[in-house]
Amino acid sequence: MSNSSTSKKSVLWDWLTTVDHKKIGIMYFFGGLFFFTIAGLEAMLMRIQLMFPEMSFLHEQTYNEVLTMHGTTMLFLAAMPLFFAFMNFVVPLQIGARDVAFPFINSLGFWLFLFGGLLLNLSWFTGGAPDAGWTAYAPLSTTSAGHGLDYYIMGLQVSGAGTLMSGINFLVTIVNMRAPGMSMMRMPLFTWTTFVTSMLILFAFPALTVGLLLLMMDRIFGGAFFDVAMGGNVVIYQHLFWIFGHPEVYILILPAFGIFSEVISTFAKKRLFGYSAMVFATMIIGFLGFMVWAHHMFTVGMGPIANAIFAVATMAIAVPTGIKIFNWLLTLWGGRIRFTVANLFALAFIPSFVMGGVTGVQLAMSAADYQFHDTYFVVAHFHYVIIGGSVFGIFSATFYWWPKMFGYRLSESLGRWFFWLFLIGFHLTFFVQHFLGLIGMPRRVASYLDGQGLNEMNFISSMGAFMMAFAFILLVINVFVSRKNTDDVQDPWDGRTLEWATTSPVQEYNFAQTPLVRELDAFWHEKQFGDGRMKAAEPLDDIHMPNGSILPIIITTGLTVASFGVIYSTWSIIILGLLINFGAMFVRSIKEDHGYHIPVSEIKREQGEGK
Amino acid sequence: MENLSALDPRGPVAEMQFDLIMLSTYVMIFVMVVVFSIYIYVLLRFRERPGDTHIPEQVHGNRALEFIWTTIPILLLLILAIPNVMDTFTLADTSAPTEGEGVEEEEEDVLNVEVHAHQFWWEFIYPDHDINAGQEMYIPTDTRVNVELHASDVIHSFWVPALAGKMDNVPGIENEMWFEAPDEGVYFGKCTEICGASHWLMDFKVIAVDEGTFSVWAENMAEPDPEIVEGEGEVAAQGREVFEGNCINCHAVGDEGGAQGPNMTNYGEREVVAGFLDYTEENLYDWIRDPDALKPDNEMPGFDESAISDDEMDALIEYIGQQRVLD
Amino acid sequence: MADQHAAANQPLPANPEKATLEGRNKYLGFWFFLGGETVLFGSLFGAYLGLRGSTEGAPGPDELFHLDLVFIMTMILLTSSLTSVFAVINLKRGHFKKLLVWMWATVALGAAFLSFEIYEFYEYYHQGLGFTVSAFASSFYTLVGTHGAHVAFGVAWITTLLIRYRKSGITLSNAPKFYTAVLYWHFIDVVWVFIFTVVYLLGVGG
Repeated sequence: MSNSSTSKKSVLWDWLTTVDHKKIGIMYFFGGLFFFTIAGLEAMLMRIQLMFPEMSFLHEQTYNEVLTMHGTTMLFLAAMPLFFAFMNFVVPLQIGARDVAFPFINSLGFWLFLFGGLLLNLSWFTGGAPDAGWTAYAPLSTTSAGHGLDYYIMGLQVSGAGTLMSGINFLVTIVNMRAPGMSMMRMPLFTWTTFVTSMLILFAFPALTVGLLLLMMDRIFGGAFFDVAMGGNVVIYQHLFWIFGHPEVYILILPAFGIFSEVISTFAKKRLFGYSAMVFATMIIGFLGFMVWAHHMFTVGMGPIANAIFAVATMAIAVPTGIKIFNWLLTLWGGRIRFTVANLFALAFIPSFVMGGVTGVQLAMSAADYQFHDTYFVVAHFHYVIIGGSVFGIFSATFYWWPKMFGYRLSESLGRWFFWLFLIGFHLTFFVQHFLGLIGMPRRVASYLDGQGLNEMNFISSMGAFMMAFAFILLVINVFVSRKNTDDVQDPWDGRTLEWATTSPVQEYNFAQTPLVRELDAFWHEKQFGDGRMKAAEPLDDIHMPNGSILPIIITTGLTVASFGVIYSTWSIIILGLLINFGAMFVRSIKEDHGYHIPVSEIKREQGEGK
Repeated sequence: MENLSALDPRGPVAEMQFDLIMLSTYVMIFVMVVVFSIYIYVLLRFRERPGDTHIPEQVHGNRALEFIWTTIPILLLLILAIPNVMDTFTLADTSAPTEGEGVEEEEEDVLNVEVHAHQFWWEFIYPDHDINAGQEMYIPTDTRVNVELHASDVIHSFWVPALAGKMDNVPGIENEMWFEAPDEGVYFGKCTEICGASHWLMDFKVIAVDEGTFSVWAENMAEPDPEIVEGEGEVAAQGREVFEGNCINCHAVGDEGGAQGPNMTNYGEREVVAGFLDYTEENLYDWIRDPDALKPDNEMPGFDESAISDDEMDALIEYIGQQRVLD
Repeated sequence: MADQHAAANQPLPANPEKATLEGRNKYLGFWFFLGGETVLFGSLFGAYLGLRGSTEGAPGPDELFHLDLVFIMTMILLTSSLTSVFAVINLKRGHFKKLLVWMWATVALGAAFLSFEIYEFYEYYHQGLGFTVSAFASSFYTLVGTHGAHVAFGVAWITTLLIRYRKSGITLSNAPKFYTAVLYWHFIDVVWVFIFTVVYLLGVGG
């Protein structure tokens, strides 16, 4: 086996074949950011269209495509990958691991996400994007003309497979790869939420797989699942979709909860208040997340018994969520709070998310939901939780872990401008939408009629959206202008967890010696009670690392080609794609790969440089 | 806008829902006040001051506090859950009388309407009156209306915010709901489930009139004056011919004509063309010439001048305008 | 090869499939994967149960299903699970030759099951149950067909393992691979038991 994976190969080849969780994390970050930008532009197109009544900036058909792609892209291709970026980069460091459990599958998961996302977006150039909303309810989705919905189905199938693999990888990594002393109840909360999130992915995504499979059967192979004339039942799709879709909401918020727990605790300089309550609240939220899917379907005619049960079950989620909010407040209580940009986002999250949470409870009330359902009230609610929760979490994490990931600090002053503009723009955009919904504006409308009292608030909402877009540009500028801030990057925030105990940028092998964990907030503990450095759990020795591989891209290419075949019902292309896919899998399974070793001498040299 | 707001309820169902919305809003404002007060206090009191380098006490938790903030939310949720469950059952109960004692007596007052949703228009069938009406749903005031919801193509949703929350029109499934309008008036309704390109234009109206007017309407809808149906006067009679030549396969006047498009027996009384344009001859003209330009992807074909000349169009519009049942 | 070295130098531990971290990762990861698969089949069962009455004039379960044929298929698959258990016992005891024999037997039984299933589908099709004729037909073929695809994948997977390791002996690196393949095989067997009950028995009796 070669020992030369680092030498002679080009940089591009290195990234294409990497199985290093940190590089994969960085690729997830830029992949997610790319799709975030696209979906953000789509949002701007919608807000321009809705700025004035009866605008014809976009044709209705185009508007429906834009709204579908905005939702689909934001949830599947922007928010989740951005969380995966931090999970990939940070979680192995936080548990003191050299690597993830399945480096190869981890890389495969990333390429599947990327190719699936590109496949979905390709629909813009091949005759029209999907147009049935991100939920793709049958029979609108099964009867939609053109190939847009076929791209939706196959794009999400491919990227969903990647998500599932990543989920399993995180689960096994967290269970099996923890450093000595890192018991489950000493794990940082971000690792905990990653664990529960991965559980949700594992048990939720297969339901989506089946939902999409049935759509595919109907659209492409003439199936009758949702064809009422043939005995089909369209509500089955809604059940499958929301059995996935509701846990998906928690997949998007739990990692953010983890991030806020890290950030708030770090910048209050206090141990997280009620750590075990936080862990259990996370688990309860994850569990209840599977019990409440039908609250998205109160108006579909399930009957009062089902509606009442799902209403009460949904309300129950407010209890563990409330516990978390109070625990964060009490973490701040008595602390020494520093208002860094990372912490500003975490602090802004609390009131913003509470506002989204209370409307969530209101929506859970089935009888009142008959008024709220499918109006802008719902649009306001889920943007409050997804932007006020998930996106704030992503931005907070970006500022917090940037030095560790990229070796320089983002500018705090530019970051503050970004924060305030984004925060104000966000509330301006979405607060009025609660009222728009209540006074009669349904969601997913391509426009609205003049003279129905909807004009002013829609205009305000669009102005807020422009502010958010402008703020985002400031973030992008920040990334470029801050590159000289390379001082003080190893532990710039006086961190508490293990990722701050290693070098910045992090060496390929994460830790020269696996650290010994003696307390929750392991690094903080050593700084307070030890010599400020982690105790080593093993002597310095050669480190075994896995080899990179080009096979993940080849496998993904095969699946993408096969997906094209399905979209255009061409068997020859399907078979070609599957041959590439299974061929590469076959090569993988018969080729023994033992990885390589990094000799002690090299580690010593690098550690010397790091100081 | 009048009669389009869930915040301005005009009937018992919408009122019940409004009360629930307000109750929950008060509870939630209370929650927010508590959380925000602690929040603001904490941020002001415990922010880092210049030169401050103390290490705060590393508190683990507090059982009593954690118990309190678990219990109080549960109590608050009960305040909301109990009336919600009761209302959910009341709203689902399409069999019960609105109120009062004599069940049988009350049931006679119930008006049954089947609502069939199509891309992108609404069909209202009154099974007890043998009426098929398009786009406008006439109801008598102070009468309980039991609605049965159907869909012919994709899922739609029937929402009249000022009178009642929505229920979905789902293909293959019959949903039921009820509402009541104590006051005369025009109540705006909208489709709230994305159903294609013209989803945003799938509006309708619920028109509540007094009992007497309603029976006139119902009678004439079921059996319109044959003279009007045939077209009164030379121009309208010519219009009738155009109608028979081009429209009647899909649109009915009286009991003659197809049902692929809205029934036009009372079209002359409509306030709007195509569900959303002001009722003017120009709009009607534009609509018949090129429906897809105004309401994309709808089923109605366009009629250019080779199909209906401008003169014929004038006659047709005159004829359509005559189709009234209330005066 | 390094793994042969290892095998030659030291005796295998009692549970070779879980002796290395890699093996433990595979083992645990595979259990998680099967958890996801359970939801997948659960969803398919749900769709089937919702639609099994919707035959719309096309042939329905009671006209189509022949329990004798399905019973034979069930027996074949149950037996294949048993042979795979024997294979694992020999894996743990370090009897490589016997492991190979039992695994080949499993593959053969799996292939036999698949042949029966293809015959079954062919029959139904000729009795008028095309994929598109009714919602029942679509849901039946999708559920049973997805299971069949799993069996086919299992057969291909185990065959690949058997060819790849035909001479290697049991090693710490291939033991987890055989073990997870057998886990997978048990899983699809269990799914079949549910299909037998829910689709066939309920279809004929219920």
